[in-house]
Amino acid sequence: MARVVVDVMLKPEILDPQGQAVQRALPRLGFEGISDVRQGKRFELEVDGPVDEAALARIHDLAESFLANTVIEDFTVRVEEVAEAAK
Amino acid sequence: MTARIGVVTFPGSLDDRDTQRAIRVAGAEPVALWHKDKDLKQVDAVVLCGGFSYGDYLRAGAIARFSPVMDTVIDQAKAGLPVLGICNGFQILTEAHLLPGGMLGNDHLHFICRDQKLRVENADTAWTTDYEAGQEIHIPLKNMDGRYVADQRTLDELEAEGRVAFRYLGFNPNGSLNDIAGITNAAGNVVGLMPHPEHAVESLIGTGRTDGLPFFTSILKKLVNA
Repeated sequence: MARVVVDVMLKPEILDPQGQAVQRALPRLGFEGISDVRQGKRFELEVDGPVDEAALARIHDLAESFLANTVIEDFTVRVEEVAEAAK
Repeated sequence: MTARIGVVTFPGSLDDRDTQRAIRVAGAEPVALWHKDKDLKQVDAVVLCGGFSYGDYLRAGAIARFSPVMDTVIDQAKAGLPVLGICNGFQILTEAHLLPGGMLGNDHLHFICRDQKLRVENADTAWTTDYEAGQEIHIPLKNMDGRYVADQRTLDELEAEGRVAFRYLGFNPNGSLNDIAGITNAAGNVVGLMPHPEHAVESLIGTGRTDGLPFFTSILKKLVNA
């Protein structure tokens, strides 16, 4: 059993007002020296069975067609091993 | 014999009844369409109305785009079926890639509701022939995710081809690039905009003007004369 993580971020050239609002709040909280914040989405997909090349290819298609809108967003797909003890 | 114009109801649609009423006021026959139905009941045109389809989860319009009814709408729109997307409908059309670019949250991060001044930039689409190019109109605007974005190449293409159909005047309510309020596809049959013409078809309510009515009379004339 494995977890596949899909991270989705707005493309760099697209304004992210939510990230800006977070960034502007930082000095008030005593965090200095952070010049930019961009906010994205993280999807955790629990996959039944092995995460082989075919499974990853299918998840890549899913991310490209549904989880992200590639007109405005970029995405990455990566496998994250789930420790049995943690379950 | 009048034109039959379908109005799709998704879970979370808000303006389906208003849109049906606007179609009736214009003299056409509204036909209720259901998101789970692939069948478009042989309508002559389709309106995707405002609201928060499927809660706008993931992205505004992203889940509606994959509903059974949209399979048929997408196929037929590519074959020339006139489709108008208002607000959430515009978001669905960009998610379906029937219109270029995408919709994001308003730059000020707040919901906005106001009477909005627009300029009609393209009066040649299936939905805008009863306007004159350059005409200024007032119709209500109410949305959370109204910021139109696209890459520079797409913006240049839209501008060069006259495909910016409506532009915000006086005040950009959401940070849309180039003050874009609505666009059309190259063929002119698919049009999307954020403001709500269906709320401005009777002088008694709304802006007190009927500036939204020409959307529905334009399509009616086109279909009846076809």
